[in-house]
Amino acid sequence: MTQFKDRIPLPPADAQKTNMACHFCIVGCGYHVYKWPANQEGGRAADQNALGLDFTRQLPPMQITMTPAMVNRIQNHDGREYNIMILPDKECSVNQGLSSTRGGQMASVMYSEGTPIGERRLKYPLVYSGDDWVETNWERSMALYAGLTQRILDNDGPDQLFFNLFDHGGAGGGFENTWATGKLIFNGMQTKMVRIHNRPAYNSECHASRDMGIGELNNSYEDAEVCDVIFSIGGNSYETQSNWFLAHWEPNLRGANIAKKREWFPAETVGKGKVILVDPRRTPTVAICETVAGKENVLHLAIQPGTDTALFNGLLTYVVDQGWHDQTFIDEHTSGFDEMLAANRMELDESSRITGLDRADIIKAAEWAYRPKASGHAPRTMHAYEKGVIWGNDNYRIQSAIVNLVVATHNVGRRGTGVVRMGGHQEGYTRPPYPGGRPAPYIDKELIKGNGMMLTVWACNAFQTTLNAETYRQVIKRRAAIVNQALAKARGATTDELIDIIYDAVKNQGGLFIVDIDLYRTKFAEYSHLVLPATHPGEMNLTSMNGERRLRLSERFMDPPGIARPDWLIAANMANALKQRYESAGNAAMAERFAGFDWTTDEDAFNDGFRMAHEKEIDSQGGPTGHLATYERLRKAGNNGVQLPIKAYQDGKLIGTEMLYTDNNFDTDDGKAHFQPSPWNGFPEVIERQKERYDFWINNGRTNQIWQSAYHDQHLAFRKGRYPMAPIEIHPQDAEALGIANGDIVEVYNDYGATTAMAYLEPDLKRGQVFMMFGYPNGVQGDVVSEWTDRNHIPYYKGAWANLRRIGTNPAYLRDVSFKRRRYS
Amino acid sequence: MSRLSRRNFLKLTGSSAAIGTLSLSPVARAQPGSPSSPAGSTTLPYPREVIARLGDVNVNQPIYFNYPDNRSPCVLIRKGREVKGGVGPDRDVVAYSTQCTHMGCPVNYDKEAETFKCPCHYSIFDPDNAGQMVIGHATESLPRILLEYDEAEDTLFAVSVDGLIYGRQANII
Repeated sequence: MTQFKDRIPLPPADAQKTNMACHFCIVGCGYHVYKWPANQEGGRAADQNALGLDFTRQLPPMQITMTPAMVNRIQNHDGREYNIMILPDKECSVNQGLSSTRGGQMASVMYSEGTPIGERRLKYPLVYSGDDWVETNWERSMALYAGLTQRILDNDGPDQLFFNLFDHGGAGGGFENTWATGKLIFNGMQTKMVRIHNRPAYNSECHASRDMGIGELNNSYEDAEVCDVIFSIGGNSYETQSNWFLAHWEPNLRGANIAKKREWFPAETVGKGKVILVDPRRTPTVAICETVAGKENVLHLAIQPGTDTALFNGLLTYVVDQGWHDQTFIDEHTSGFDEMLAANRMELDESSRITGLDRADIIKAAEWAYRPKASGHAPRTMHAYEKGVIWGNDNYRIQSAIVNLVVATHNVGRRGTGVVRMGGHQEGYTRPPYPGGRPAPYIDKELIKGNGMMLTVWACNAFQTTLNAETYRQVIKRRAAIVNQALAKARGATTDELIDIIYDAVKNQGGLFIVDIDLYRTKFAEYSHLVLPATHPGEMNLTSMNGERRLRLSERFMDPPGIARPDWLIAANMANALKQRYESAGNAAMAERFAGFDWTTDEDAFNDGFRMAHEKEIDSQGGPTGHLATYERLRKAGNNGVQLPIKAYQDGKLIGTEMLYTDNNFDTDDGKAHFQPSPWNGFPEVIERQKERYDFWINNGRTNQIWQSAYHDQHLAFRKGRYPMAPIEIHPQDAEALGIANGDIVEVYNDYGATTAMAYLEPDLKRGQVFMMFGYPNGVQGDVVSEWTDRNHIPYYKGAWANLRRIGTNPAYLRDVSFKRRRYS
Repeated sequence: MSRLSRRNFLKLTGSSAAIGTLSLSPVARAQPGSPSSPAGSTTLPYPREVIARLGDVNVNQPIYFNYPDNRSPCVLIRKGREVKGGVGPDRDVVAYSTQCTHMGCPVNYDKEAETFKCPCHYSIFDPDNAGQMVIGHATESLPRILLEYDEAEDTLFAVSVDGLIYGRQANII
């Protein structure tokens, strides 16, 4: 952070300039990192600074985003100081020079001594002595980790080694790190007792779409620019995929792309884009869409929560009855249509009754999205879904219902279409096959039952982001405390003696030994026994792909704090320590399982995983042509990178794939898209009970200013000052009935748990429905979420009903927080 | 002000981004190319400029002016109730740069919502709360124009800026 609020240092013309895909959301905007010695500054004249802009005059609007949050001062390990500036890349096709409020703060979240972030980043491994944390080093940490792992593996088998594991791209992930951890855990330890990111099992949030032959990221952001209709289901893209919305949806809705549509689709009727938004809540995105496109081009289907399957089955039935489906496509490239239709058939009146939507609005949606255009061509409708579906009432079933309709109307594999998840974080998945079956074990339940001896929590935080979270935390804390009591008696113990003591606590006393690997000492880490400091992009070279499968290399430009290490190196350290122990024990077979980690660079890890999927059995988003991508080629490709799968490397350029399934060859054994019966099945019993017992539906999700668990944001005044607590939007009349005013702290409670939030009165909320920010450090919505999941153990985070009561106020929050309306109109 | 297209913004902002009335100030302005800070100071040499007589300012009626130079459009608002950072006998007068801190588009004051709204990327800022971003894509609050009130003359002066004005390396060019 700069010392002054009213001026910032400019990069000199010769400043180092590297590429960086944003750390945060799925969109992965391109940025440039400028770095230069702290005792130098560029001049204001255009030829005196690296930006080539004339700061001797006021710049006109839209020239740049350059704010104090975009600069910082960093320190190399050799003591040299540098300024950094991280600015959006105008040449990147993803964001076209736009920055979001999240990406725009990247410089602020880089490690710098003396800043709140710098103070709180983990710098050294920490070990819990039983009543306090003490710093330790990597050697002792790895000896302890490997020794205990070996003891458990040898005596009790891999099913006692549990993991809470990231699966990302972006910060806390990347192909390098997913590969290294996967190789360690699936090839080496061979445990299946792994949960992933924000859910209690090792699963996909898009099993249904994949089972039907359609990977969930199958179009390009450009398709949103040229489609006739955007069909948004359970998403809030202005806030959560911001520059996808601003750079690609918004121009279409504004009517700015008509010429482009004419050029792409010369024989077709084209016009200003329309948008259908399925969401019980009038989100900020709905309000902005109405402002941009005009209300006549926006259809907000304010559905009853959890009834999406009935909506899509009703739409399907109506569309087929009108003859608006593509029978030729169905006959030639799909299977199971008749069986699916028979199972899913639902008349409009029934669909209307269940969803609470007007029959006329369902018809209007069908007419906009599927009725042939004046030119006789089928509309090009892009379907995009997110947490309203993914965390909805039976993920697998809703997704099947949506994809059934999409395939029946051939809205996949044609430009301007696609059926995609909007996405949360970026992707970066390359791992050996998961050794468990499907459904994968429900890890949280196993832990609660007392199973598992050792839990490694890697770059995720289930204390804030799991379901039935209060019970989960209570059990973890109780089982961790058993180990603490043992550790407290282990004064003067050698590492081997310590392993004996811990093993006794986890084997015979019900304890759980917890290792946490993260950037910060998270809430989960506080209850761990060994904490290992990791790095994020900028401190290592890291590759990820965004929501249109665009692979980029974020280049390292600074040293990590203290002795923090990249996740791939931590995994390699663990593997090498285990290999050495097994070799010493004369167990060659086990030693061999931990071989192949002799990497020295980030690129070594990339080459061993992502680039080897054509030779090894690897589940990789790069596929068998991943080997065509090298760091050198990606560096050259810059922030535009290449869209996976890579088709070729020609004339010094990586050639990618803009849209999947243009050849109608789907990802199934027979190449056909498979329809899946997904009849409406109501609500799970446990949810029905919640609905009956409690007054409010606790809808939940994100706000644009807070990323994930707020792991960075909770330390930044601009963010935490805006949301010192999780906001909970409530209708003013509901608030009045409960004596609640803006800024009041309220308790949200039901028979699963209780949490707190800060009231934010919003007339656009429906009565009896509130919206709470998800996963916040001091207000965990998952506390009131039941343990119910779909068939693949995907949570129903949206399926929470609870009561509210006013607790009181915090005058500082009332003084410092705005309660003005968040809807732009 | 109605929503402006991006093209119109560019037209608007050739040599001057001034919107609304010009400053009343007779005080000499900092000139382009002048040093940012005189030796011995860690603050920029902001001018002290007359903005308006408080008696002429109506509640919730924005007054536009430029500060700290004529290329920096700003707005003053009397809220009619005490607000954070407000000056005057009722601590109800605040002023802000009208260039959005995200990409410099001129924010509009919505009298009904009592917020500033940016028509380019839909950011909203709260004049009652030090320019805090309510929602949007800026990384900074709207820069506050710091005011002083001279009771004897019933006059409001702009004296400094809290926050970096869009499109500048430093607030004093």
